[in-house]
Amino acid sequence: MPADRVSYTLDSTLETVNNAEETAGRIAAEAGFGDEEIMKISMAVREAAVNAVLHGNAYDPTKKVTLAFERTTDDLVIVIRDQGKGLDVSRIPDPLAPDNLLKTSGRGIFLIRSFMDVVEIHPSQTGTELIMIKHVHGNPADSKEAPQ
Amino acid sequence: MTMKSSTRQVDGVTIVDLSGRITLGEGSVVLRDTVRDLLSKGQKKILLNLADVNYIDSSGIGELVSAFTTAKNQGGELKLLNLTKKVHDLLQITKLYTVFDVKEDEAAGVKAFNK
Repeated sequence: MPADRVSYTLDSTLETVNNAEETAGRIAAEAGFGDEEIMKISMAVREAAVNAVLHGNAYDPTKKVTLAFERTTDDLVIVIRDQGKGLDVSRIPDPLAPDNLLKTSGRGIFLIRSFMDVVEIHPSQTGTELIMIKHVHGNPADSKEAPQ
Repeated sequence: MTMKSSTRQVDGVTIVDLSGRITLGEGSVVLRDTVRDLLSKGQKKILLNLADVNYIDSSGIGELVSAFTTAKNQGGELKLLNLTKKVHDLLQITKLYTVFDVKEDEAAGVKAFNK
């Protein structure tokens, strides 16, 4: 990785979603992750970017999305923030519940949690911050869900 | 990055060959429009060939679910064919693998409609 930390300020557009995914894939590759992990990381970032652009900023051209990648000794830490009203975590449905299986949306956060080792969601009135961590030397025993 | 869709008829079944990415935006729209167009023309036995779909996101999964339920609600049937490992794994994670009727062989897939 050329730098320990890199951040981007992005418009609330569909192009941002694609760029975020592409950038995540590149940085994950530079951090030494294998193909499968790269796919998971880039997909988690894509889903996070979709949430930020659509559900957070609602495509508002005056609102930005910030995306930061930090490579620590053990982890790749990814932080994405929007400027929306703040995600109501209690209203995120369980997409695996029988009544929700045939819903056409509501799987983004679930996929992010499935693909990353640690996920923290910090909503506030000025937006939502989503922190995603992938251990560089993935050890399933280290995997845990952060409390919200 | 774009998705392509083409259709062909085999023994009364419409096979939709999809290639590319089913993601938020164009990919999802192509799938939605294709399925709705087929249903409006009375082609209600639909086999989605996903052999060349190399990527799908949560919006794409939602679009597959929507296609499945739309077909069902209109008296039709929609099955999936030739999942790539990535798509297979995603449907497993989301518990949708058992919701969809997934086939690995085109002839068997076509036959399954005409039982």
